[in-house]
Amino acid sequence: MILYMLCLMLFCVGLYGVLRKRNLIKIIVGLGIMEYSMNLFFVLLGYRFHGRAPIDAQDQTILNMVDPLPQALVLTSIVIGLGVTALVISIAIRMYEKYGTFDITKIKRLKG
Amino acid sequence: MTLIVKTVTRLTVGLILIFGIYIILHGHLSPGGGFAGGVIVALAFVHLMLAFGEDVAVSKISRNLASHLESIGALMFLGVALLGFLGGSFFLNILIKGSPFKLFSAGTIPLSNIAIGIKVGVGLFAIFLALVILEKSKGAK
Amino acid sequence: MDTAIIIPFFVIIPLGAAFLISLLGRYVRRFSEIAICASSLFLLVLCLYARLLLHQATDKILVYKIGGWVPPFGICMVLDGLSAFMLVTVNVVAFFIALYSLSYMEKYTDKPKFFTLFSLMVCGMNGIIVTGDLFNLFVFLEIASISSYALVAFGTEAEELEASFKYAIMGSIASSFIFLGIAFLYGFTSTLNMADIARVLSSKPNAWIVPFVSVLFLTGFGLKAALVPFHAWLPDAHPSAPASISAMLSGILIKTLGVYALVRIFFNIIGATHNYLSILMFLGALSMLVGVILALSQWDLKRLLAYHSISQIGYVVLGIGLGTPLGIFAGLYHLFNHSIFKSLLFLNSGAVDYAAETRDLKETGGLAKVMPVTGWTSLIASMSIAGIPPFNGFFSKLLIIIACIQKGYLGYALCAVIGSILTLASFMKVQKFVFFGQLKPGFQNIKEVPLAMKLSMICLAAICAIGGLMLLPSLKFFLDDAVNVLVQGTRYAASVLGGTLN
Repeated sequence: MILYMLCLMLFCVGLYGVLRKRNLIKIIVGLGIMEYSMNLFFVLLGYRFHGRAPIDAQDQTILNMVDPLPQALVLTSIVIGLGVTALVISIAIRMYEKYGTFDITKIKRLKG
Repeated sequence: MTLIVKTVTRLTVGLILIFGIYIILHGHLSPGGGFAGGVIVALAFVHLMLAFGEDVAVSKISRNLASHLESIGALMFLGVALLGFLGGSFFLNILIKGSPFKLFSAGTIPLSNIAIGIKVGVGLFAIFLALVILEKSKGAK
Repeated sequence: MDTAIIIPFFVIIPLGAAFLISLLGRYVRRFSEIAICASSLFLLVLCLYARLLLHQATDKILVYKIGGWVPPFGICMVLDGLSAFMLVTVNVVAFFIALYSLSYMEKYTDKPKFFTLFSLMVCGMNGIIVTGDLFNLFVFLEIASISSYALVAFGTEAEELEASFKYAIMGSIASSFIFLGIAFLYGFTSTLNMADIARVLSSKPNAWIVPFVSVLFLTGFGLKAALVPFHAWLPDAHPSAPASISAMLSGILIKTLGVYALVRIFFNIIGATHNYLSILMFLGALSMLVGVILALSQWDLKRLLAYHSISQIGYVVLGIGLGTPLGIFAGLYHLFNHSIFKSLLFLNSGAVDYAAETRDLKETGGLAKVMPVTGWTSLIASMSIAGIPPFNGFFSKLLIIIACIQKGYLGYALCAVIGSILTLASFMKVQKFVFFGQLKPGFQNIKEVPLAMKLSMICLAAICAIGGLMLLPSLKFFLDDAVNVLVQGTRYAASVLGGTLN
């Protein structure tokens, strides 16, 4: 139970980073922390008592395994996180070229 | 980069590539599979780019070849999925499934792993190439 | 052969087209244009055929099991009344916008990349509509969202990059909330198939998890749909995109990713109770008023249209939040109508931008004399959105107001009427400043836009004009099937699982 609370606390740390930091790169780091804490939470949901890794080996009999479905889904989610991070970093680098700063309080041409 | 980095890179980059290919091919027997192996294959080329500069890495896989291989990887994956239609259902596993724990078993799963491995590996390398272009154009100004 | 076999093709065709365009677009001349038009036309014909097949199927549902695996072990794709309705909306608008982009994208570089991303976005939206599995919904949601982040930044001017960055960060936060909701729901029910979750939730005693998950989903999908506390990304993102992408985003993306997914989860899986419906109605009414009041002071044409999108989505959510069959009918009818006339309005603004190189209302004037097709279609679309008979917007807004009064919510009906009056005022301003009045001296020799753009605008205007005919009894089945799926609520589970176990 306390592990789940720690995961959600890590999610809140990431959310704080996105909401309050002024540098573009720190916002991206906060977004990354949020996504990885979600993945960790989802994998931890699959834990079964006294379970071991869900991999079949050749000449061993396995009694109980942890749930393999969250592990497959988290693999997909990590790839999605990679895609979003790559896109957002490219946009941030281009913005530095056009605006000359990484500070979001100065990047404010769209208003109203 | 310094001489130590260049020497170590020359020794290890081939091993990293082979390790990545091993993880892709054994995706149905041990943890890993298409995505993890693809990232390791991409890291081999990125390692080359970091140690020796962009020109050496581009001479191994050029920008055009990277773009084409990416699309071919995705089309191969779609082709494997459509192959299931021959057996009756979308994404059905129709090739022979041998006995478990052998390398040539589990039907179409190794083919899917290879397609994903190509796409992810080349795609990640292409992302790094695109970021380097932005650096170069910024430095040239 | 099983007739449900056409369902996976809604995902296969745009995905194949996207990567073929990426591979061959630079070598075969005009390959990207031919491929995108062919795939959009094929999808349009296929979705009309699927609607016809559904009419003939028993109990109005088609289920396709991927790989032959029986749910709940496998992923299934479901085509019922609501899915068929949304598929027709998405594919009709996507075809006309693809036709428009053939000429419009001449002003931007790198057409193959644009059409690759466009096709991936259509693949993602079709995937959300046909899937029957919750995590599959999340994956397709991300495919469509990431393509739209890249498309908003397509012109790579400074303002487009800023708008795309804001949109990407807020959209990723929304996706994280949705993922958290899916994780909690999986931990509670240990299955991911939508019909199976509905069955398990109705048999277990409800703990504190179900309201918690509902709030997470409302936040996540509400941000994708631009409901009012979460609307701040829309007025920056929609104007900065190229005009055909603004039309796609405002016309179909916020409806598929936001309203359709929200409605599917709230009505068919969790089960709509009185509390959730009143929250939906409140947010809908708030969106209506805030959107139209903020639109009154805008002088940038596309930004004004973006604020009106927020307002009209408020109408749709208010209609669906009523919960009665007439209310849901009115909400879904307004969803279809809004896709048609809002994308037509954005295409018109793109035509003005293409010909006159400006978007500012204070600089344009009297353009109807030199651009007659754009002027007439814009007049038809403005009359539709303001709710003037006999165009389609009038019927759907009238039905929403009647449904509110029938249920006894006179306050919400009054909000709807006020919103409608202010929308009329706002569009009279647009028509006066852009199309009527004196022709400004710099615009004497601009020409009408090319043929592809004219054709798509005329076709969309024609659908606007005859849209009221969908209320005729012979054509009403199109909407009635969609309404029945939502009204039957969690009995969706029995029809999906019963259809597969045979």
